Amino acid sequence: MESLLTTPFLTALLAGSLAAGLPLLLAGLGEQMSEKAGVLNIGLEGMMLLGAYCGFLGAWSSGSLWLGFLCGMLGGLALALPMMLLCVWLGLNQIVVGIALTLSAEGLTALLHHVQFSQSYPRLPRVDTLPLPLLSEIPVLGTALFDRHPLVYLAILAVPLLAWLYRSSLLGLNLQAAGDRPAALDAAGISVIATRSLAVLFTGAMAGLGGAYLATVGAGLFVPFMTSGAGFIAIVLAMLGRGRPLWVLLGALLFGLCLSLTTALQVAGLRVPTDLVQMLPFAAVMLLLLFFGRRAALPAALTRPYRRGER
Amino acid sequence: MTDIPQIVGRLLQALLPLLLALACGALLLLLLERDPVSFYATIIERGLLSRLGLQESLTRSAPLLLLAAGLIVAFRAGLWNLGVDGQFLLAAVITAALAPGLAATLPPWLALPLAMLAAFAVAALWAALPAFLKARYGVNEIITTLMMTFLGISLANLLIKLPFNDPATTSPQTLTLATADRLPRLLGSTVHLGLVIALLALLLVHWAMTRTALGLRLRILGANPLTARHVGLPVTGLTFLAFGLSAGLAGLAGAVEILGVWGTVRADWNPAYGMLVIPLVFLARFHGGAVIFFVFVFAVLSIGGETAARRADLPNYFLLVLVALILVFLALTEWLSARPLMRKRG
Repeated sequence: MESLLTTPFLTALLAGSLAAGLPLLLAGLGEQMSEKAGVLNIGLEGMMLLGAYCGFLGAWSSGSLWLGFLCGMLGGLALALPMMLLCVWLGLNQIVVGIALTLSAEGLTALLHHVQFSQSYPRLPRVDTLPLPLLSEIPVLGTALFDRHPLVYLAILAVPLLAWLYRSSLLGLNLQAAGDRPAALDAAGISVIATRSLAVLFTGAMAGLGGAYLATVGAGLFVPFMTSGAGFIAIVLAMLGRGRPLWVLLGALLFGLCLSLTTALQVAGLRVPTDLVQMLPFAAVMLLLLFFGRRAALPAALTRPYRRGER
Repeated sequence: MTDIPQIVGRLLQALLPLLLALACGALLLLLLERDPVSFYATIIERGLLSRLGLQESLTRSAPLLLLAAGLIVAFRAGLWNLGVDGQFLLAAVITAALAPGLAATLPPWLALPLAMLAAFAVAALWAALPAFLKARYGVNEIITTLMMTFLGISLANLLIKLPFNDPATTSPQTLTLATADRLPRLLGSTVHLGLVIALLALLLVHWAMTRTALGLRLRILGANPLTARHVGLPVTGLTFLAFGLSAGLAGLAGAVEILGVWGTVRADWNPAYGMLVIPLVFLARFHGGAVIFFVFVFAVLSIGGETAARRADLPNYFLLVLVALILVFLALTEWLSARPLMRKRG
């Protein structure tokens, strides 16, 4: 067992959890804003997938990773637009539309990928990292945490920024009101529809960015269905986060840790079934809920479309 | 009740989104430089008109109908059971593990129902934790059932790879139930008895939810949990019951699929029917008869679509796009037809 605490093992574990957790963090932060504003975005998985496809294509054809990220965000936005139109403006059922969007993204990306590349999966060149001066020279922690792609730092910076937005800004309060008591927001003269639309679009862009990171920096290639449930995990993270971005970060890291544990254990020469390790984070959360009975408090108006004058 | 304009309106409401989705799909096919007419002709010909295709469509309907029956119970009781895929898969693995042994020791009229009962029980048990958390602490069941699905899928794979693995095969899978021991076929066709079970279950659920006192209680719980508590309904018990029935029926769907079609479960097999059936059930407005129609249309599309996609040299995933388009247009027509009503009210 002493072989477990070697430098390569710990580095692989930490680096892996950050790499696996980052798409979850980005998408989870996005979903959190939608949920705060009262829109449950079940289409998150589809938005990530379309973001992954567009992000990969952008980076592959232009050679620039940042253009790829932009394309990924646009891809996520493209799927968030119908969500906004159908669920926020027209008030259609959010669960039906969300599932439909996920299905369409799964189908479309697989179809387009097949038409373009048939059965081949072109790879992107290895991504350069941006080592932070001094910090990256700490053993183990340094290489694992401070020698990453710049987007990683930006994503982590977004956590305190969003926390500030929710707690101390007018927009944050409006978002909260749109989810808790939309009629009050309306009475205060602020459009519920506009507030919710903004939140849904933000979710789409963040999910798309998360997907793009997954495909470009994470895997370096696009495979159909490559998000494999990450979007749903991000929805769970956002709900468990109870409106706090920091909790989403912690949750994303915990999930990332469990996802990368298998690889890290193999580095250490231990064979543990992948399936077992993948169960860990969910089992942990379920046990936590069971023993502490923690209410995953959700906005009162979640999944309810707003119609003026309706009780 | 039966005035003609209303029936025509209903029919249009059901067919219009289908046609719109097919038109959009045709556009997409044209963009991909494929012939949409022959594509759709193949779907109809292969999924509905050919003898074999029709039988396959009916066979595919069986698990979907059972899943839909389970979802109707939960949704009408206001419980969002989004974990049917995990319940389905886990029950399928348990069935596949038990069935060969049961079939070897017991007569088939006892072995098959026992396997199905076990599947029902396992799935219902799997939903007990979300039910408990919902009833005791009010934890949102969308989160818990989604998490239980991920847990269920991993656990199912673990069970296939370790305790239930058939050592005689190279890729991990459970023991295989001999073809002779599977669910009997209907009238010399390839359709198995599961279809009858599924139709009966769906009609029974529809009857129970709309015509019995228990159904009324569950619907009160769904309409307003606070009211349910105030009129003295046993909310905790009803929550457990609705979750148990819903998950149990999803488990039965898994059992029927294994006992009727596959006979074994391979590792990483997950048809994820649940995510496709959930929107269908919504759009049928939890109505049993409408669900049968939607599920059958979907089954024809998926069976015929497999051949059509292969002939057009497209991946099977084209169907997902088509289904998604149908859902969006269905939701839109629902909205359009609901609008005049709201104007009148306002």
